[in-house]
Amino acid sequence: MIGIYTGGVWIAQQLHQQLAIKAPLGTLDISFYRDDFTRVGMNPQVKPSSLPLSIDDRHIILVDDVLYTGRTIRAAMNELFDYGRPASIILAVLVERDGRELPIQPDAVGQHISLQAGEQIKLQGPAPLTLSLRRV
Amino acid sequence: MKKKNRLQLDDNGKLKHFLTIEGLNRQMLIDILDTAESFTSVTEQNIKKVPLLRGKTIVNLFFEASTRTRTTFELAAKRLSADVLNINIQASATAKGETLLDMLRNFEAMHCDMFVVRHADSGAAHFIAQHAAPHISVINAGDGQHAHPTQAMLDMFTIRREKGEFHRLNVAIVGDIRHSRVARSQIHALSMLGVEDIRIIAPKTLIPTEPDTFGVHVYHDLREGLRDVDVVIMLRLQKERMSGGSLPSEHEYFQLYGLTEEKLALAKPDVIVMHPGPVNRGVEIDSAVADGPRSVILQQVSHGIAVRMAVMSMAMQSHLRDAPGGQR
Repeated sequence: MIGIYTGGVWIAQQLHQQLAIKAPLGTLDISFYRDDFTRVGMNPQVKPSSLPLSIDDRHIILVDDVLYTGRTIRAAMNELFDYGRPASIILAVLVERDGRELPIQPDAVGQHISLQAGEQIKLQGPAPLTLSLRRV
Repeated sequence: MKKKNRLQLDDNGKLKHFLTIEGLNRQMLIDILDTAESFTSVTEQNIKKVPLLRGKTIVNLFFEASTRTRTTFELAAKRLSADVLNINIQASATAKGETLLDMLRNFEAMHCDMFVVRHADSGAAHFIAQHAAPHISVINAGDGQHAHPTQAMLDMFTIRREKGEFHRLNVAIVGDIRHSRVARSQIHALSMLGVEDIRIIAPKTLIPTEPDTFGVHVYHDLREGLRDVDVVIMLRLQKERMSGGSLPSEHEYFQLYGLTEEKLALAKPDVIVMHPGPVNRGVEIDSAVADGPRSVILQQVSHGIAVRMAVMSMAMQSHLRDAPGGQR
């Protein structure tokens, strides 16, 4: 199981514990793989990615908090393939909202949500974990 | 100082050129260290590359010989997926000026994005930054006796990794402080990051003429200066100084200022020994210390790649078009 910073790691920690997965949890910071670096620049608080096991020939559960455009997941998969060749990847998200810009779909979803244009949903944490909806 | 600041930072206070530590602020240095930390995981990947600077062209303009600095800049650029040109120019004092500017114009016409400059003259990187086209970033890879800021930052990165914090540390820099761009940049960085006790240890002829302006403590006796230090930074003794008459023989220098295990025992038990390389074994440092358990000299080399990746990617950001961020 691999969580994507920041919210995805919080969710992955919960799932990892509740599902009693033996293999250690991996964490991924996709900042260096984003497709909008040349437009918005880099977040200075990037965390190092940490994949404690080789991902070669393993089945991966990729975890994120909110699935929206799909671009984060695209970046995460590109990064994963620079670490090795997994046997398979499935995607688990806490919230799936509308607004996909890439052909990426989740395999496990906590909650489906439809939002108006200009609304954002964000996971706050790490303790307690709360979802907040705001208009921008 | 103000002027340097204006040149190095863009209108939003982001790093545009990285020429010297002076004029930057503590937060900027910490941002560089944090960003470098995040790049350390790239070396754990099977494919040791991130696509951050894909399509960018970086020119290593080396007017002065260098192996370690040039190769680590080149590797850093390649791990960011940039394209790299290595240009080694035999500096000729008379052929500078117009020729240099002509060369810059040519690289600009080839749509290069960044110059990494190493030059024997102090101020060369500033000169190039002042005259380069607005879309170009300049990184100083060592200019004369002035500054070597990426070396200083990789040293700060190494110290932070080994020691955690800066402000309680006693740090000693030993050797030819007067002529060393490395020492100058290190002292600025150490004091900006809050190190209270910075010591410089050298014979009188190798101490800067006005050391007080650095806010450092001066020692002429190595044993006295090493007492209870957490970090010892040895500088390379440039052999050309020997002939200049400012020094006794190599043998005598080693007797007085060479770092041996016996002298190192005066420092704290968990002291770390650093050296920017290349090492003159048996001149400024004994092999037993350079290869010993307290030495982090090779870690410095590895950290140099991550730190240079951080500086290059941060400087490249200042060219970005403004665009809405938005949720992803």
